[in-house]
Amino acid sequence: MWDYTDKVKEHFLNPRNVGEIENADAVGEVGSLACGDALKLFIKLDDNKERIVDAKFQTFGCGSAIASSSALTEMIKGKTLDEALDVTNKEIADFLGGLPEEKMHCSVMGQEALEVAIAKYRGGPVPSHDHGHDHEQEGEIVCKCFGLTDGFLRKVIASNKLHTAEQVTHFTKAGGACGGCIPKIKELIAEVLGEQAKDEPRKPGKLTNLRKMQLIQETLEKEIRPLLWADGGDLELVDIAGANVQIAFRKACAGCVSSGYTAKFVEQKLKDLVSDDITVEEVEG
Amino acid sequence: MKEIYLDNNATTKVDEAVFEEMRPYFTELYGNPSSMHFFGGQVQKKVDEARNRVASLLGAQPEEIIFTACGTESDNSAIRSALEVFPEKRHIVTSRVEHPAVLTLCRNLSKRGCRITELNVDSAGRLDLGELARALDDDTAIVSLMYANNETGVVFPIEEIGAMVKAKGALFHTDAVQAVGKIPLNMATSTIDMLSLSGHKLHAPKGIGALYLRKGVPFRPFLVGGHQERSRRAGTEATSSIIALGKACEQAALHMEEENTRVLAQRDRLERELLTLIPHARINGGGAERLPNTLSIAFEFVEGEAILLLLSEHGICASSGSACTSGSLEPSHVLRAMGVPFTCAHGSIRFSLSRFTTDAEIDTVIRELPPIIRRLREISPFGREMLVK
Ligand SMILES: Cc1ncc(COP(=O)(O)O)c(C=O)c1O
Repeated sequence: MWDYTDKVKEHFLNPRNVGEIENADAVGEVGSLACGDALKLFIKLDDNKERIVDAKFQTFGCGSAIASSSALTEMIKGKTLDEALDVTNKEIADFLGGLPEEKMHCSVMGQEALEVAIAKYRGGPVPSHDHGHDHEQEGEIVCKCFGLTDGFLRKVIASNKLHTAEQVTHFTKAGGACGGCIPKIKELIAEVLGEQAKDEPRKPGKLTNLRKMQLIQETLEKEIRPLLWADGGDLELVDIAGANVQIAFRKACAGCVSSGYTAKFVEQKLKDLVSDDITVEEVEG
Repeated sequence: MKEIYLDNNATTKVDEAVFEEMRPYFTELYGNPSSMHFFGGQVQKKVDEARNRVASLLGAQPEEIIFTACGTESDNSAIRSALEVFPEKRHIVTSRVEHPAVLTLCRNLSKRGCRITELNVDSAGRLDLGELARALDDDTAIVSLMYANNETGVVFPIEEIGAMVKAKGALFHTDAVQAVGKIPLNMATSTIDMLSLSGHKLHAPKGIGALYLRKGVPFRPFLVGGHQERSRRAGTEATSSIIALGKACEQAALHMEEENTRVLAQRDRLERELLTLIPHARINGGGAERLPNTLSIAFEFVEGEAILLLLSEHGICASSGSACTSGSLEPSHVLRAMGVPFTCAHGSIRFSLSRFTTDAEIDTVIRELPPIIRRLREISPFGREMLVK
């Protein structure tokens, strides 16, 4: 049984703002029956078309999907459209006292519906996470099962600081059905994490060889192996020759089609956190 | 709030009589049955009695019963044994609707050089025996097909299947975890080589199971070590649990008739009333032979977890084929294999009754469920469209 907070339960049992708004200014729909959840959001603006005076929803989905929809409608009332757009899925989850990680995609769905509704109202391009409804979206579809694009996934990865494919699945569903896009999701994570690492350089200055070796080992232990464990994989440090780090993959990583890519990810991490000249080589352990 | 427990395919209440039977074997009669002294010996006698009782329920001989830690262990032992017994045969036949205890093992084995055939089922959850016949070949080491499905209750024609498998010279294993105690079994006249059962599905505690192994069928143990269970399953016997399983099997034999009359009538009444009171509902596996206690019913345009949470507000415990209850994102592999449309699979609820189910409890479900479905359909964007139609 899910460990829902009292606030989630309360919003599920007594959802606020259920229904339709007949002459709504903006309507946003995301999800589908096939996905197992769907949300239709109705927004009514004041006479100056500035502030949201009313919001209603219809949701097909589990307890946390209904509670997240209810929370969202409560949170955006009284806000301008720009203020409403600033509401993040994390704020929706926080409003409810938190959601189990596996259920975070329910809060993401609320944020998406809001973006779609406002984009449609403003007549701009509709955001790219239409969950497979129409595939004319910006960005490249990564998860075919749920119709999710790289742009959307990057955004969720960055804003929620996700670092495993499993987390991305929990937050967005991507990779949760056939699993075919999981290697691609891992690449996206590595890219996003790489960009973030560039933003916050933590690299030490000039290193002695011994110190470099220590740091490589520490980084592998503390930063890299835990990420692999999360996916059932592991690696072993085989040797360090100067700046050349030799590793062997274990468990789920060994023989995995994406291990070549994982080696690159390890290399990038070591470059970012230890030293630019590091190269990583995969060897038979 | 008193629970209305209709989730007996997930696990069952330990029968009071079973609990009383096992109770002394923790703090008083805690001896090891293998010991040479009187204190262990008296426990050995009770373990023997339990073995006789389990054998009796199955129509088997006591030496054919191996106690294990759970249904999952029995399933794993049977399939792995067959692969060791026939090192030259690398083909396993199973079905798409097996419990993960079989399916996950087979899928793992497929990455280790085994060829797996997962038989399909039709929309009512039935096998096509023609497909089985085509799948069997000289490379087939074992066929593992469940007796009754845990989600839908659909029963496979096990003896017919067994005869086909025997003709091809492969071993035949059945996961009868859901069938034991509900369907009369007689191993003396059966084609089954190995059969798995689990205590906690028949009012014994969790963490005890058994594997029936036909005399003369070659076997390699899964756990090796001491000489327990005639060296077929090492590890000091879980004496209290074994004694409980024996008592539970004795009780199951006494109540078998009731399962197939009174419990069946309750299930049928629940099914009939829900179909009458709730539009756009259908029975998963409705066209097939089913266990007397299981009802899997799909409500279109609503999501199972939401139904369960609202039922839970009334103390009603059931389970769902919905993706959202498990944390996985795909609805039940069983319903998907049956081709149940997504619209129904997400809103499928399983009620599983037991001999402890009362008529009043069934009345409560019949009273509380229709308004719950109506309420969720009112919230659902699809439900609205449908209600207007
Ligand atoms: C059909 C079937 N097989 C196997 C099992 C596993 O049994 P256990 O929980 O004792 O390992 C179950 C129950 O969960 C089941 O329903």
